[in-house]
Amino acid sequence: MNKPLSFYRSYFLSKTMSFLRRRNSTDSSKTRIADPNIEKDGADDDDKKKDQYKIPQRRNSGSKKWSCWDNCCWFIGFICSIWWFCLFLYNTMPDSVPQFVTMAITGPLPDPPGVKLRKEGLTANHPVVLVPGVVTGGLELWEGRHCAEGLLGKRLWGGSFGEFYKRPLCWLEHISLDNDTGFDPPGIRVRPVTGLVAADYFATGYFVWAVVIANLAHIGYEEKSLYMAAYDWRLSFQNTEIRDQSLTRIKSNIELLVATHGGKKVVVLPHSMGVQYFLHFMKWVETPAPRGGGGGPDWCAKHIKAIMNIGAPFLGSPKSIALHFSIEVRDIAALRAQAPGLLDKDVLGLQTFKHLMRMFRTWDATFSMIPKGGETIWGGLDWSPETETVNNSAKKGTDNSTRNTGGNGNICDTKGVNYGRLISFSKDWAETHSSKIERVDFKHVAKGDKLTNSSNCDIWLEYHEMGNRAIKAVADHKVYTAGSILDLLHYVAPKLMARGASHFSYGIADDLDDPKYDQYKYWSNPLETKLPNAPDMEIYSLYGVGLPTERGYIYKVAPPSDCSIPFQIDTSVDGDSEDSCLRGGVFSGDGDETVPIISTGFMCAKGWRGKTRFNPSGIRTYNREYKHAPPANLLEGRGTQSGSHVDLLGNFALIEDVLRVAAGATGEDIGGDRVYSDIFKWSERINIKL
Amino acid sequence: MSSLRRRKPINESSDSKHKAEEEDEDHDDVDADGDDDVNGKNKKTPSKIKKKRGEKPPKQPKWSCMDTCCWFIGCICITWWLLLFLYNAMPASFPQYVTEAITGPLPDPPGVKLKKEGLEAKHPVVFVPGIVTGGLELWQGRECAEGLFRKRLWGGTFGEVYKRPLCWVEHMSLDNETGLDPCGIRVRPVSGLVAADYFAPGYFVWAVLIANLARIGYEDKTMYMAAYDWRLSFQNTEVRDQTLSRIKSNIELLVATNGGRKVVVIPHSMGVLYFLHFMKWVEAPAPMGGGGGPDWCSKHIKAVVNIGGPFLGVPKAIAGLFSAEAKDIAVARALAPGFLDNDIFQFQTLQHVMRMSRTWDSTMSMIPRGGNTIWGGLDWSPEEGNSCAKKREKKNETQIADQAGSENAVCKAKSANYGRIISFGKDVAEAPSSDIERIDFRGAIKGHSAANTTCRDVWTEYHDMGFAGIKAVAEYKTYTADSLVDLLHFVAPKMMARGTAHFSYGVADNLDDPKYKHYKYWSNPLETRLPNAPDMEIYSLYGVGLPTERAYVYKLSPHAECSIPFKIDTSADDEDTCLRDGVYSVDGDETVPVLSAGFMCAKGWRGKTRFNPSGIRTYIREYNHLPPANLLEGRGTLSGAHVDIMGNFALIEDVIRIAAGASGEELGGDQVYSKIFNWSENINLQLDEEIPVHSSS
Repeated sequence: MNKPLSFYRSYFLSKTMSFLRRRNSTDSSKTRIADPNIEKDGADDDDKKKDQYKIPQRRNSGSKKWSCWDNCCWFIGFICSIWWFCLFLYNTMPDSVPQFVTMAITGPLPDPPGVKLRKEGLTANHPVVLVPGVVTGGLELWEGRHCAEGLLGKRLWGGSFGEFYKRPLCWLEHISLDNDTGFDPPGIRVRPVTGLVAADYFATGYFVWAVVIANLAHIGYEEKSLYMAAYDWRLSFQNTEIRDQSLTRIKSNIELLVATHGGKKVVVLPHSMGVQYFLHFMKWVETPAPRGGGGGPDWCAKHIKAIMNIGAPFLGSPKSIALHFSIEVRDIAALRAQAPGLLDKDVLGLQTFKHLMRMFRTWDATFSMIPKGGETIWGGLDWSPETETVNNSAKKGTDNSTRNTGGNGNICDTKGVNYGRLISFSKDWAETHSSKIERVDFKHVAKGDKLTNSSNCDIWLEYHEMGNRAIKAVADHKVYTAGSILDLLHYVAPKLMARGASHFSYGIADDLDDPKYDQYKYWSNPLETKLPNAPDMEIYSLYGVGLPTERGYIYKVAPPSDCSIPFQIDTSVDGDSEDSCLRGGVFSGDGDETVPIISTGFMCAKGWRGKTRFNPSGIRTYNREYKHAPPANLLEGRGTQSGSHVDLLGNFALIEDVLRVAAGATGEDIGGDRVYSDIFKWSERINIKL
Repeated sequence: MSSLRRRKPINESSDSKHKAEEEDEDHDDVDADGDDDVNGKNKKTPSKIKKKRGEKPPKQPKWSCMDTCCWFIGCICITWWLLLFLYNAMPASFPQYVTEAITGPLPDPPGVKLKKEGLEAKHPVVFVPGIVTGGLELWQGRECAEGLFRKRLWGGTFGEVYKRPLCWVEHMSLDNETGLDPCGIRVRPVSGLVAADYFAPGYFVWAVLIANLARIGYEDKTMYMAAYDWRLSFQNTEVRDQTLSRIKSNIELLVATNGGRKVVVIPHSMGVLYFLHFMKWVEAPAPMGGGGGPDWCSKHIKAVVNIGGPFLGVPKAIAGLFSAEAKDIAVARALAPGFLDNDIFQFQTLQHVMRMSRTWDSTMSMIPRGGNTIWGGLDWSPEEGNSCAKKREKKNETQIADQAGSENAVCKAKSANYGRIISFGKDVAEAPSSDIERIDFRGAIKGHSAANTTCRDVWTEYHDMGFAGIKAVAEYKTYTADSLVDLLHFVAPKMMARGTAHFSYGVADNLDDPKYKHYKYWSNPLETRLPNAPDMEIYSLYGVGLPTERAYVYKLSPHAECSIPFKIDTSADDEDTCLRDGVYSVDGDETVPVLSAGFMCAKGWRGKTRFNPSGIRTYIREYNHLPPANLLEGRGTLSGAHVDIMGNFALIEDVIRIAAGASGEELGGDQVYSKIFNWSENINLQLDEEIPVHSSS
């Protein structure tokens, strides 16, 4: 084992030898001077000869003499020295070198939008409010159990996640909420980080809002004209007000922004779940005082110029169903398929998944992402807005080749895909026509007999109360649409859904004037609320397209095991053709990798377009799509043209739009709609009373 | 090598085969030595030595210098990693165990202790950080500051100061004329609790207090850090950043979201003056003020708990503005004379620092206020009779305890003239005023500028003065608080012109004079009235028991080309009058003398006075300084120093009790160790509104 090390060592030695030799000779010359008794004649020759002998000897004998321990030390020392040297060089390097390198490789970089627009003469005008989405906001500890000692004021979520690795169970305990109340467990206080730092970077180096903020700063924005409406994204929206007065805080800060900017209204930038949070806020702020903010019926008209929703899951996201049902998404399912033992077997005794699921299920906010609008929006057994109706399928089949080659925006071959069936048990049921499917109702099946050996599962899941019969009944229902999914979740996790249903609603209102819609649980559902009366306001929906996005799943009943989740995505199922939308048990549609277009685009494309019953004052709406282009090379990082859900916040085209609107442009000024997908066509197929 | 040698035998014993190999090698070596013998005599000597030593491992010559270095570094690294691993694997409570083992059980932190008593979060808390402690970050910069966007220029690690000092100075400086940012640069205060919880890594400011408040239930929503740009003059923070509006709105929000409970405000250091300014601003009508109405303060503020408040300024500020020196710098210069003065590195550090700090308007808020009335004249000072024997007593303990009495007497006989804040020469500082011949400097012509003015790029205004001006300044010999302001006007006219637009240092004769509606008087407690809020309480919490700069002995600096022509005369020492290294010190918290921190609450505002017409109750809480018992305690839990007092357990306990609802009486009223009440008596200041000398005439 010493051999390679000693080899390297001798290699480096030979390199340094010349230097050493020179020093040796000077040494000997010194001794000569010091000691006059030594003969001077032939001393140089002696030296040379000696060196000739000595060098090989030194190499050989030296390599033998070095013990393993010394070699290790030498090697580590050598590496460290090189490392420090490199570090030193790196630190002394001027900051512009990486840029030069990038430019040399890829040609001159485009100016960041902030710089470009500053040259055009844009300056900060309207104050900007940023509303972060789920997961991206930081959370910090204010009071904890014994195991969290020393973490006071440190970030539990976001930042480096250092604690997550060190004490995972403690971390889980603190980040989970109470099952019954939906608030912190007693003795624990985890609170959102405030200020721009709350969500500028999610983890070190992984930007969320940082790029947007930097570009806003280029045209003159600073902390006083930016506000990060940070909230605890684990809580249901109304609970953030009850516990932290977050909504009051946002109201007060928006008022302050408007007051300190000479009455200029704010531009709001909600991202992801922040979109729904801000919908909730707008209803809350105009509702009279005990239940709402008491801002009066024209608060929004007075304070908000525009809402630029980024990657907005207005109507929810199918991904959340998979998360709720079996805490899986495409990536996890694929990982499981590749390394079956790793995640399923509790090799390390960690039961990672079930812990995660338990934690995840205590977060009320996740219910906000369950698809809204039922079959009307998401499609029924045999139709979906993204595909032509069954009658046309033959015709469409012929069109398909031309469509795909023409690159008309379709991300994959949609032939025979029933997007409306969000969950199917086996591929056959996903494809067969509805008339041929025999579905057995599961709702009345008693859950009765428990799974064997459920005493081992100390983890809180409602699955272990279900019993084999109930699991079979769920599977026998075969196919679930957006409507029946809710029943399924209610059946599978009754307690959980009871909590969720008190804060969120997923239907479509028949009569918006019904007094029941004053209840706060409807406020975040755009299909059950009216937009505020603010005709001068503008609503944008900015989202990425061109990425496969989860839209439906094929499930299987997991082989019976004691404590595991009884349902799994069937990753073995793939589509018939190369570019089929079905891959790894997941039906994909167009979108930004998280939210399908139908959810992000529909409200602005149709539901609110013009004067509708959801938008009585005729607020203008704009759809702005950004086509995904992967980063050209590694140096670009996450790319400046990305369309994926979070990376979109670094998309130059999007930032440019945001900056223009913040600097005072209207939707018409920036070019109205900008659409690559078929969202308008799809919206037409949705039959909703407006 | 010795360690190597020791390690070798272990290896050998563990591995006999290895040993055999080594023996072989020994033979080889002997052969090699034989060759050497053949080749030259000069090699004989070392081989002989080797044989004589016998035990010595023959490997030694085979280790080249490089190898040894690498080996050594490797060893260090491995040890380091091992320790690091151990450190990380160590439970978090381990250091506490160690400390407890050494010093006995630690007292509970006040938060834990009071939680056990049942205290809970009640009134929301507002922190107002002082000068220097708040973080500043870059929002827009010049070319040289690329990559520093939203990085801290001030506070945090100060990493950038070392990397690009000139760039840093450029960005931290303000514009000379406007007192705002130079164009193209935007440096803004950090907001949120992180703005001033730690000044630098590990150097807490508010963090300990915040952590203790959190223990009894406080959190982000009930605490607010009123961060502001401490370089600007107070009114300019509103002009540029709307900071005062921001504070007003946030206090209103705190009160609204906490069920109408009023806030407890905790200003520290310069924050005290800033908050005085705020209280006047918020009640002033709209264009100049915040338009909160005349009862805003009484509606929103329960108590103002001033920590280390320089109500009447600090003499330190004078030295800072006059020659960019403080005691520490002057001492450093005395110890290593060449280091700071000669521009060995071409840095001109002090001048750069001076230029930078002179662009900061806020530093002028700290110039002593109240003139001779407060700070003493040529021959008297309120602290008259102060003896430094007290401190010596403490130091030498019982040894000199019996002598202390007599020493006291000596001190009294030969008391320092604290009133003379700047004296040129020690003899001048001590001579009775009648013996001093002073030549007025005010009329002196600055005329011809100093010979070599190529150093113009460093802006200090001194190069405009010329020898005549410098000489005139020195010939005035001694300066009291009144004439100091004139001196600064003479020495740095541009700077003081900016300063007087924002601050005032006098004592009001008639507070009803409409001129006092101007914002420049708002931060001077001697020229404003407290708000009409009879339920409010004002506390002054400060440390005592540390020598604090109070007056200086100056000298002309020998060669006055580019350097600052005046310097503290560090050679001046006098045991009896507390003169040390050219600095006279009194009791205080190392920065603020007791007089400045205590006078307003001890006398100026006590009861119903003209400065406090509604009779707001005032309390003085002093904390006697005790140095940390050992290194493990860090900066100590009993410290009285200006910033370290934020970690003083007694102070934190008081603050928490107030925040949890206690009144000043419940806290125990005044707690005084110094002679602040005696000294306040010495100050002859009109407090009664009922003697309207001016209105009658």
